[in-house]
Amino acid sequence: MSISKLNKIVITKSAAETQRFGRKLARQLKPGDLVCLSGGLGAGKTCLVQGIARGLQVKDYVNSPTFKIINEYAGKIPVYHFDLYRLEGLTDLRELGYEEYFYGQGLSLVEWAEKIIPFLPKQYLRIELRRVDEHTRKIILTDWRRKK
Amino acid sequence: MQNLHLITSLLQTNKDFMNILAIETSCDEASASVVQNGRKILSNVISSQIHIHAKYGGVVPELASRHHLENINFVVAEALAKARLRINDIDTLAVTQGPGLVGSLLAGIMAAKTLSLIYRLPLLPINHIEGHIYANFLEHRIKPPFLALVISGGHTELVIQRDHTHYKILGRTRDDAVGEAYDKVAKLLDLGYPGGPVIDKLAKKGDPQYIKFPRPYLTGSYDFSFSGLKTSVVNYVSKHPASSVQHLADVVASFQQAVIEVLVNKTIQTALKLKMKKIVLAGGVAANSALRGLFTDKIRKTGITLYYPSPVLCTDNAAMIGCAAYYRLKNKKLEYNQKMLTFKAAPNLQL
Repeated sequence: MSISKLNKIVITKSAAETQRFGRKLARQLKPGDLVCLSGGLGAGKTCLVQGIARGLQVKDYVNSPTFKIINEYAGKIPVYHFDLYRLEGLTDLRELGYEEYFYGQGLSLVEWAEKIIPFLPKQYLRIELRRVDEHTRKIILTDWRRKK
Repeated sequence: MQNLHLITSLLQTNKDFMNILAIETSCDEASASVVQNGRKILSNVISSQIHIHAKYGGVVPELASRHHLENINFVVAEALAKARLRINDIDTLAVTQGPGLVGSLLAGIMAAKTLSLIYRLPLLPINHIEGHIYANFLEHRIKPPFLALVISGGHTELVIQRDHTHYKILGRTRDDAVGEAYDKVAKLLDLGYPGGPVIDKLAKKGDPQYIKFPRPYLTGSYDFSFSGLKTSVVNYVSKHPASSVQHLADVVASFQQAVIEVLVNKTIQTALKLKMKKIVLAGGVAANSALRGLFTDKIRKTGITLYYPSPVLCTDNAAMIGCAAYYRLKNKKLEYNQKMLTFKAAPNLQL
């Protein structure tokens, strides 16, 4: 996995810059990768996902998946955008058929992944978005590996 | 005597009205309705789950499908009882196929398919968005073409309807749906769920010009975007925490003003540009009183006529599905066959 060298902190000064960072990041992501996104309301999660999707040549709009839990997009590789906020229990997760996504041929971008930590792959990229002020965001990338 | 009996039974089969039993379970309401000849609502039973979901600040999908399973038979029985009909009096069944939550959709579809199979009744799958638009046909005498603005918790779509069953989506949201933006702002300010009615009510006490939130017009496109506006509210509140009820009312009134100005101005401009004489509002957010007020104001002197359903028909309900099914059939009698049961739930169904 190429995401192993992505431990870093990035500061962006606008929503447009967050999107540009997403486009750049997309070049390093491969089928089967999983990215967990965390950050509060308005932190820029959707914005970053839009950038990543653009970078993967997704033509469709990236809507918020809050309502439907998962949105699928066709790009250079398939992109699966999850919002697990409304997920109740692990039965829900199984009903979604998450394994087919997480271990499939696309890129999984997961919001609210903290709800399903035991079900995440052994290695994934964790991205935390922190609101510094109105326009500035601190984006913290961590290569996450579970110890055996 | 024998002949007379035969004649009356023939008369009954050639009756000149069509009763459609419709089922809708795309999200958090389970609803069943009997609609006669497309426009007359004989019953419209809505079993809302809002009280169940309120504590989570949104619809919890697994909860929704479980409760639909428990409710749907009662809701259907109640719809028939209120219509004073038996299942034998029903000519056609209709059910929402999508878009919506897959678990919720399945509960309604399985119930409809079972009824179809047992009573050998034809079944028609209907698009939920189409249903919302047809809610207007239940109350108004309108004919296409018109411009429709479909706004709800999951949708923000500007649609041209040239004829029955003939749609073109001009624009939609690039991020959050309108109702979703309301829900998120309400959650941020601890106002409860669903966000729309709460904010609409509180905003009446506030000053809509108090804060000048950005108006995301996306000039040159028919699309909408509400995510940036939501972020502006987050930014404002983090700098100026709501200090009093009055201040809170001013914040939500200003937020609502930004949302409805964009929706109203953009829709009217589009209608003028495309020379549409009619605008039709649909979906849960069409029940918003401030939105209706501003639309009515701005539409004066444009020569455009505005239509919207009464609030109960704006929310998810089965009568609108029955109405859409009627116009899909246009008086044709649909014959039962087992092939009509092969359709599947379609969470991302497009118009």
